[in-house]
Amino acid sequence: MAFVLVIPIIGALCIALLRRRPDYRDAASVITAVCLFGAVLSLIAQLGVKPFQAWVLFELLPGLRLAFSLEPLGMLFALLASGLWVVTSIYAIGYMRAHHEEHQTRFYVCFALTIAAAMGIAFADNLLTLFIFYEVMTLATYPLVTHHGTERAVMAGRLYLGYLFATSIGLLLFAIIWTWTLTSSLDFRSGGILAGKAENPTLLILLALYAFGIGKAALMPFHRWLPAAMVAPAPVSALLHAVAVVKAGVFCVMKVVLYVFGIDLLHDTGLSVWLMYVAAATIVIASLIALAQDDLKARLAYSTVSQLSYIILGAALANAAGVLGGSMHILMHAFGKITLFFCAGAIAVASHKTKVSEMAHIGRQMPITMSAFLIGSLSIIGLPPLGGSWSKWYLILGAVDAAQMPLVAVLLVSSLLSIAYLLPVVGRAFFASGPEQSHGHEIHEAPLPCVLPLCVTSAGCLFLFFFAGEVYEFLAPLVQR
Amino acid sequence: MIRNHLPALIVIVPLLVALVMPVLGRGDKPWLLATLASWASFAMTIVLQVQVSGLLRNPAATPAIISYPIGNWQVPWGIEFRVDALNAFILLVVAMISAVVTFYARLSVAHAIPPERVRFFYSAWLLFISGLLGVTMSGDVFNVYVLIEISALASYTLVAMGRYQNRKALQGSINYLVLGTIGAGFFLIGVGYLYSVTGTLNMADLSTRLEPLHDNRAVITAFAFLLVGLSVKMALFPLHGWLPDAHGYAPPIVSALLSGVAIKVGAYIMFRLAFTVLGVEFTFAKLPTGPVIWLFATLAILVGSYTAIQQTSLKRLLAYSSVAQIGYIALGFSLANENGLTGALVHIFNHALMKSGLFLVAGIIAYRLGESEIGALAGLGRKMPFTMAALTAGGLGLIGVPLTSGFVSKWYLVSGAIDRGLFPLAFVVLVGSMLAVIYVWKVVEIVYFRPASDSAAKVTEAPWSLVFPAWILVGASLYFGIDASLSSGLAQEAARFLLSQS
Repeated sequence: MAFVLVIPIIGALCIALLRRRPDYRDAASVITAVCLFGAVLSLIAQLGVKPFQAWVLFELLPGLRLAFSLEPLGMLFALLASGLWVVTSIYAIGYMRAHHEEHQTRFYVCFALTIAAAMGIAFADNLLTLFIFYEVMTLATYPLVTHHGTERAVMAGRLYLGYLFATSIGLLLFAIIWTWTLTSSLDFRSGGILAGKAENPTLLILLALYAFGIGKAALMPFHRWLPAAMVAPAPVSALLHAVAVVKAGVFCVMKVVLYVFGIDLLHDTGLSVWLMYVAAATIVIASLIALAQDDLKARLAYSTVSQLSYIILGAALANAAGVLGGSMHILMHAFGKITLFFCAGAIAVASHKTKVSEMAHIGRQMPITMSAFLIGSLSIIGLPPLGGSWSKWYLILGAVDAAQMPLVAVLLVSSLLSIAYLLPVVGRAFFASGPEQSHGHEIHEAPLPCVLPLCVTSAGCLFLFFFAGEVYEFLAPLVQR
Repeated sequence: MIRNHLPALIVIVPLLVALVMPVLGRGDKPWLLATLASWASFAMTIVLQVQVSGLLRNPAATPAIISYPIGNWQVPWGIEFRVDALNAFILLVVAMISAVVTFYARLSVAHAIPPERVRFFYSAWLLFISGLLGVTMSGDVFNVYVLIEISALASYTLVAMGRYQNRKALQGSINYLVLGTIGAGFFLIGVGYLYSVTGTLNMADLSTRLEPLHDNRAVITAFAFLLVGLSVKMALFPLHGWLPDAHGYAPPIVSALLSGVAIKVGAYIMFRLAFTVLGVEFTFAKLPTGPVIWLFATLAILVGSYTAIQQTSLKRLLAYSSVAQIGYIALGFSLANENGLTGALVHIFNHALMKSGLFLVAGIIAYRLGESEIGALAGLGRKMPFTMAALTAGGLGLIGVPLTSGFVSKWYLVSGAIDRGLFPLAFVVLVGSMLAVIYVWKVVEIVYFRPASDSAAKVTEAPWSLVFPAWILVGASLYFGIDASLSSGLAQEAARFLLSQS
C-alpha cells in the first residue's frame, strides 16, 4: 500500500534530478508510471482479503488520522488513473517535444505529484485524508494549468485556484468538520456513518455542502474552472482534466454518498432528489454550451462537465443500478474522453489547428487520429459496441428504478445533444468541402508517441464494451447489503 | 533550590541583562548576551511547563498551579507570580519565539540599525521580552498594568528604531504610543474600579471577592474598561489602527515579536480576566460579551484579510493579516466552549510560529533587497529558494491548508462554532481562509511565476544565520500541523482549566 504513494513521489524526485538529461528524464517518467500501474495491480489481490483495513500513516489529532484502505471503487479509480498515466506519459513525450514546450521538467514533476495525490484520494480511508490529498492535487496541478506563463494562462490559473479553493475550503471543509462534530468519526464505512446521527434539515444541508463543495466534480454553477483550465498543454487536459482531477471529484462525491451517507439513508429519505435534478440540469445546459464552442478543447471541456454530472446523477439516484452505472461511467467516460483529448492534442501538434471550424480535410490528412476520434465520440454518445453504452444503460435503469421518468428523458436527450456536438467535428474532418490547405506544407499524422496512445485508448473503448460484465462484478460489492 | 525560583528567574534574567547592555561595546557582544539570556528564559519556561502541565508528566494528572510570592510577602498582600495551565502555555510561546528571534537578530539588526545604537536596541529588546514574560506570569492585576507598560514603552522605542530604514516608523511609533497609552489607561481605570469595590488586586483573591458582586454596577463598568483597554492592546478591530504602521515600519525582528507575541499577551489577559477573575457566568451569561465579540471578531477577520489583499508592501500585508488572525483568537474566546477555546489558544501558538517566521522572512528580504515591496520579489523563487520556500510554507499556514498548523487551529474553531450552533461564524472562519488564499497567492505568484527584474538578477540566497532561524519557526509550524498532539493537547488542557474555573 505504501508503494502506490511512494512510487510517484520518488518518480517526481528522479525526474527533478535528471533535469539536465531530457531522454533519461522522460524515460524515468514512463518507468515510474509502469511501476505504479504494476503496484496498483498487485493490490487487487489484497482487495478481497482485507477491505477497509486501515493503514495509518500518522494521527493528526486524537481520532483524526491520515490513513489508507482498500475498497472496490477506490481500486477502480486508482487502476484507471495509473493505467492511463502510462499511456499519457508516452503521449506527453511526443506532444511536449513536438510542441517545443519549455519547463518540461517542472511539467513532469507536477504531473507525477498529481498522480500521487490521485492515489492518496483513491485509497483514503477517511474524509480528512481525502481532503488533504484533494488540496494537494489542486496545488500540484496549478503549475500545469499556468504552464505557458502567458497572461491568459495566469488568469486561468487564478480562476482554477479560486473556484477549487473557495468550494473546498468554504463548503467541503465545513461539511467535513460538521460531520466530525455530529459523528466523532470521519471514516468511510459501508452503509455510511451519518445514519441515525442527524435529522433531515441537517442532512440536506450537508449533502448540498458536499455536492457543491467538491468543486472538482464541476457541478453547475461551480464548473467555470474546467473550461478555463484548457489553456494547459494537451496531456494535462487529457489525463488530468478528463481523468485524474475531475474523476477525483466525482469519485469523492460517490464515496461520500456510499460511505458517509449510505445509499439506504439517501434512498429512504429522498434527500438526494434535488441533487438528481441539479445534475440533470448540468447535463443539459453544459451540452448546450458545448454546441456553441468553436474551440475544440473548450467543446470537449463542456462535454466533460456534462458527462461528470452523469456520475453525480448516478450517485444521487442512490439505488444499485444508479450507483453501479455512475461508477462504471467513471471508467467508460475516462477512456472515451482521454481519446478525444489525445486527438485534439495530436491535431494541434500536426496542424496547429484548435478550432472546429478549421478542421475541414483533417480527416483525410490524419485518418488514424480522426478514426480514433470517431470511436471516442461514439463511446461518449453511448452507442454499442463501445464501453459508454453500458454505463448509460445502467444509469437509465437506475432512473427507471427510482421512478424518475423525467431523468430518463434527460439522459436520452443528452445523448442526442452529444451526437450534435461531437459528430460534426468528425463529419467536417472527413467530408467538408472547404478550401484546400494552402499553408505550403503538407499536414500528416502526428509523431508516433502521440498516435500510439490514442490508438490504445480507443481500442480500450471497444474492449470495455465486451468486458463490462467483469467491471460490473468487480464493483458489485459497493451495493451489497 | 533554583527550581523553586523559576518564575522569578524567567523574568529577572533578561531584565538584568537588559540593564547591563548599555555598558557593552560595539560588535556582537550585546547580541550574544541577549541570545544567551533569551535561551536561558526559554529553557526555564520548558521546565516550568513540565512542572505545571499534567499532560507532559502523566496524562491522567490534572495541571498544577504554582504560586510564587515575590520577596516572600504572602498573598494577598504581596505580589504574586502565578503559573497555571493557561499561562504556562502562553509563557512557552513568548519565550520560544523570543529565543528564536533573538538568535536571528544579529545580521538583521546590524543591517537595520547604526552600530553605535545596537547595544541600546538590545537593551530595549530584552526589557520588552521580560515585560511580556512578566505580564504572562503576574497574578496581580496592577502588576499586569505595570509590566504591560514596561513592555509597551520598550516596544515604542523599538518601533521608532525602524526610522533608519523608513522615516514612517516614527509616525508609526507615535501612533502606537498614543493609542497604547490610551489602552493602558482604560485598563488602569478598570483595575481601579475593581480595587474600589473589593479592596484587593490579587487575581485569585479578586475572583472570590467578586463572586457576590456580579450585579454591582462598578464591576460591570470595570469590565467594560478592561475589555476596551485590552482590545487596544491586542489590536482587535476596530481598535487596530495603530498596528499596521507600527508592525509595518518597525525593524523586521521587532515586527516578528510584536505580531507573533505581543498582541497575544493582550489576548491572554483577556482570557485571564474573563474566565478566572470574573468567571464565565459573569462574562458570558450575565453580560452580552459573546455577541459583541462575535461582531468585532467577524469584522476583524473579513476587513483585516480584505485590507491585506490590497497591500503592496509585504510587511504591511503581514500586519493586516495579523489583524485578521487576532479576530480568530477573539472568536474562539467568545465561543466559550472547549473546542472554541482550544482553537483560540492553539492559534496563539500556531500563529506565533507562522507570523514570526514570516516576519523573519521579510527581514531576510529587507536584508538582501533593502525593501519589502511585493513587486520586488519577482523571480526570487529561483534566486533565494530556501527563503522563498519558507515564505510559501508560512503563507500556506496562514491559509490553513491541511498539514500546516493553521489547519489545526481552524479545525477547532469551526468545530467550536458548530458545537454552539453558530454556523455563520463557522463560515466566517472559512471565508477568512479563502481571503488568505488571495493575499498569500498574490505573493507566491509574483515570487515564482514572474520573471526577475534586472535589480534582482544578482540577488543570492541569504546567509544561513538568517535562513535557519526562519526555518526553525516555519518548520515548527509545519511539524505542529502534522502532529498536533502536543500543541493542541496543551491548549486543550488550558481550555479545560479555564472552563473549570467558574
